Amino acid sequence: MQCSICKEKPASVHLTQIVGDKMQKLDLCDDCAKLKGVNDPSGFAMADIMLGLGAAQELEHAVGGTEVKCPRCGFTQADFKKSGRLGCPECYKTFAEGLSGLLKTMHKGTRHAGKSPESLRASREISDRLKLLQKKLAKAIESEDFELAARLRDEIKQIPERPVAAKNAPR
Amino acid sequence: MSDIHKFLCSPAESTRRHGPHDRIVMSSRVRLARNIRDAAFPGWAKKPERVKVLEIIQPAVSALPDMEDAFYGAMDNLTALDKQILVERHLISREHAAKNVGSGLVVNRTETFSVMINEEDHLRMQALRPGLQLRQAWTAIDAFDSELEKKINYAFDNELGYLTACPTNLGTGIRVSAMLHLPGLVLGEQINPIIQSVNKLGLAVRGLYGEGTEALGNVFQVSNQMTLGESENMIVERLEKVLSQIIEHEENARQTLLEKKPKVVFNHIGRAYGILANAHSISSKETMNLLSLMRLGVDLGLFPGADRALVDELFLTTQPAHLQKQLSDKLSAEERDLLRADMVRERLKDVSRPVIKPKPPASAN
Repeated sequence: MQCSICKEKPASVHLTQIVGDKMQKLDLCDDCAKLKGVNDPSGFAMADIMLGLGAAQELEHAVGGTEVKCPRCGFTQADFKKSGRLGCPECYKTFAEGLSGLLKTMHKGTRHAGKSPESLRASREISDRLKLLQKKLAKAIESEDFELAARLRDEIKQIPERPVAAKNAPR
Repeated sequence: MSDIHKFLCSPAESTRRHGPHDRIVMSSRVRLARNIRDAAFPGWAKKPERVKVLEIIQPAVSALPDMEDAFYGAMDNLTALDKQILVERHLISREHAAKNVGSGLVVNRTETFSVMINEEDHLRMQALRPGLQLRQAWTAIDAFDSELEKKINYAFDNELGYLTACPTNLGTGIRVSAMLHLPGLVLGEQINPIIQSVNKLGLAVRGLYGEGTEALGNVFQVSNQMTLGESENMIVERLEKVLSQIIEHEENARQTLLEKKPKVVFNHIGRAYGILANAHSISSKETMNLLSLMRLGVDLGLFPGADRALVDELFLTTQPAHLQKQLSDKLSAEERDLLRADMVRERLKDVSRPVIKPKPPASAN
């Protein structure tokens, strides 16, 4: 087995991290393990390595090698490869496809489950409701329950347009 | 307030703050990462954009009730020494210390809140508490953040939560961490399996100054790594559970060492005292490692009459920048080692050498 970092030397350190029901594996050679501080009690955390290792490739893979540029800030996947960080909030939309796989390996889930800004809470609830109804609608159509589908469609129509937060910093 | 040195409380004062379990848990901290919706992240933004963001955030932060009488400093106005002192106080990260024009810092009077502007994210705010107080720190920074969101348009996505420069912080943007003093586990050679099992739970173990730093003085930072797909409360809860386990293991390790290898423990602590009380030249790294053993000795009742706060104070004042600050001339590392030894000898002159029959310390908790 080859080292997953240098891809040259044989791997002798094998790491497995289990979080919830997900398992991640990493195989390193002695030198890379030392370099990454795997034996050093102070510095090692698997996500740090995974991020440096897989992130850029994953992004590249997802966009098929063509250079995608964030329309808002001009950030490219090559820049991500260099820094491991994104250019602006909009980048999360630009690189959404490549990021989704990465987020799955990095986090507990892919959907935010914590606090949200008060002003957006209403729109968050609406979008949750909309998603639920759309899911039901798709199911109803699939099972050819057109009566239910029609009702759901009406319900969806009644949901107000997503309110746009109109406040602007600073006050 | 413009002079950071007049602003910060004295090391003696700052090490006399007490909290639950502070024998082992030195401090608890919760930080949140936030960004402004329509601006590039600090690492990608050009200078004028960073300055603009700083000008939006700084007044908003300074106007919060919690930040009354706070210190505000632009990073380009702080000297390298000032910044290093702030790092040694854990008020800014090493990454932030390297920042310049367009980055800033706001710290409140009691040093319980500190906000880094334009570090890796536009906003990194932290609540710091002595001892084991994760829940309190989270409640405090949650309220702080709720006030701030009224004034600043955060970058937030319904699916992904708070958007951060690095995908590792996405979602809640939270890092819950505690600084632990674990000499028992280190001496008992149980620290590596503990670190490995903590890692397996998806938590990170780091050194004294966070990411990529050494565990000097047997001090370790334990923190969450995952920020997306779990609520803040669940993350705090998980950390609390793991920390109570680590505390128990550390207590057991100390007990076992005393029962099974008392000579080893007394030898380490006695030698640490001997060197600290008599050395004429000592590096900051050696000082920290020996002070850690002395701290253990105080906890075990081997230094009746000595206070843990004295050791903690030395832990801070012997760090390079704190030491340099007390002296007017710029010193070389060798000269600092001489002065460090002088200072430690002076401070320990009233501490008698360790007793052999430990008495439980009066202020045990």
